[in-house]
Amino acid sequence: MLKLNPSQSDQIRQHSAREYPNECCGILLGRADGEDKEVWEVVPLKNLRLDAVEAAKTLPLESPGLESERNRFLIDPRDQIRVEKEARARGLVVLGYYHSHPDHPARPSNYDREHAWPWYSYLIVSVQGGEPRDLTSWVLTDDRERFEPEQLSGPNP
Amino acid sequence: MPVRVVIPTPLRQYAGKKEFVEVEAKTVGEALASLTKQYGDLRRHLYTEDGKLRSFVNIYLGEEDIRYLQKEQTPLRDQDVLSIVPSIAGGIKLRCICS
Repeated sequence: MLKLNPSQSDQIRQHSAREYPNECCGILLGRADGEDKEVWEVVPLKNLRLDAVEAAKTLPLESPGLESERNRFLIDPRDQIRVEKEARARGLVVLGYYHSHPDHPARPSNYDREHAWPWYSYLIVSVQGGEPRDLTSWVLTDDRERFEPEQLSGPNP
Repeated sequence: MPVRVVIPTPLRQYAGKKEFVEVEAKTVGEALASLTKQYGDLRRHLYTEDGKLRSFVNIYLGEEDIRYLQKEQTPLRDQDVLSIVPSIAGGIKLRCICS
């Protein structure tokens, strides 16, 4: 279960609307007790796919010409290292990540699954025509075969 | 020579809940082989079925991405520290975005 309060979910929705029609992304920091996670802070990050040269060095495109910042997001591993280090100093951990699906449902894609690790929460917000809609959370199974929906708690997550 | 591999939080459940594992290795490739031999369940989250490091999995020696060193042949010294850092990526099912 992932605890997310209304102002945190609003922050994610607003980020997704600002970046539309591109995908937005960010890190969720907080505290965890086994599978129970509580978000303390939402950290919006730049979608590295906006910088094609840097992105290609980090994670080359699989279908060039079809992929861009409109249907792909990428978090710079240097951002990951920096945010994780700052979090650790405050006694927090990376609980997972969020990203938007512009004009697509808030359901994970095969590409999401291929680039995921278990335990982390993968929050997806659907943005339809610039308006944020559904917000869902998913956890990859141990065998990497599928994502299971994760319960979101907190009023109107 | 012993080197230390820092295990990221989500993968600790497959590595005896350890924050780091010490292995004997002369290269990065040897260190990862030793780690995944010891903890077999880690393997699928680091490597593809054909034995290649997953594209989103980065290995850092200290502060350096091994891709800019000698990749898995990068030599290790006693007490070196390796970190496993994901390039978090995702997106929607592909459609043609060409005009």
